[in-house]
Amino acid sequence: MARKGGESIRQRSPQKVGDFDQPSSPKLHVLAVDDSHVDRKVIERLLRISSCRVTAVESGSRALQYLGLNGGEKKSSVGFDVNLILTDYSMPGMTGYELLKKIKESSHLREIPVVIMSSENILARIDRCLEEGAEEFLMKPLKLSDVNRLKDYITREQGAEKGGRGKRKRNLQDDYTPSSPLLSLPPP
Amino acid sequence: MDVVSQMQKQFVDYKQYLYDQGFLDDQFKQLLQLQDESNPDFVFEVVCLFFEDSEKLLNNLATALQQQMVDYKQVDAHVHQFKGSSASIGAVKVKNACVTFRNYCEEQNRELCEKCLENLKGEYLVVKSKLETLFRMEQQILAAGGSIRV
Repeated sequence: MARKGGESIRQRSPQKVGDFDQPSSPKLHVLAVDDSHVDRKVIERLLRISSCRVTAVESGSRALQYLGLNGGEKKSSVGFDVNLILTDYSMPGMTGYELLKKIKESSHLREIPVVIMSSENILARIDRCLEEGAEEFLMKPLKLSDVNRLKDYITREQGAEKGGRGKRKRNLQDDYTPSSPLLSLPPP
Repeated sequence: MDVVSQMQKQFVDYKQYLYDQGFLDDQFKQLLQLQDESNPDFVFEVVCLFFEDSEKLLNNLATALQQQMVDYKQVDAHVHQFKGSSASIGAVKVKNACVTFRNYCEEQNRELCEKCLENLKGEYLVVKSKLETLFRMEQQILAAGGSIRV
């Protein structure tokens, strides 16, 4: 990792190569997980246009490998600079829900916010994901406004003191009327 | 009107026709907005990926429906994937054909599924041809020294 000669100012977040041209905070690093080539490409573009760094992988198992959960051993710290995991729900092998569970079960990964995407508006599925700890559930195809909102939310969460976890939200683009109020979970 | 302006007008009109006739929806417009000077071929690249994926899926579907014992879950999985990618590029008629297909998968009727596949393939080939025409028009404008208005 290159360092500027004579630099004595300490930054709050670690500087990485390529981030030196960023005037303020480093870019958010998003790990995008989707088995569809088309969707991976679109999501990558949406995130890059929103000034995020993106690592796109095609499966839950690849995502876990990247995050350092390879067969239960903790590997390198690459996964630790991931600020958000954005995963598709329906994937062969490991679903987005199963990936979410594995992340929340891991002591060193559980603080990374996970957002699930799906093209299917299935209430039981949405509830299950939110209950398991997903930050949001987004309907596909994603729009730029979804990504911008996510980015703002993650940046705010990062800045704020991480006390208790607040509300979980449903985010539905269809005209769905919730039969129950927003879930409000107590702190872990 | 000079040749380039004429071509540009035709391009804009053709794109509008595709929206008006329901071949493409707002999602395609969203993709166009993600294209800029730094990524001038973004939409073309996404659509090429869509063509590649679609062709694989259509082959997989044909194979799956030819089996002695059709695995309808597998058929449904393929159609679901197709539905996803067509929605992602805004190919709404293809997406709708997938929705219909999935409903018939539940009935587990081979003949109906084969009809659905024919219908899906038909819709796909139409939108493929339209998109290819659109990109060709774009290329012609660029080759003539004009620019594309998004």
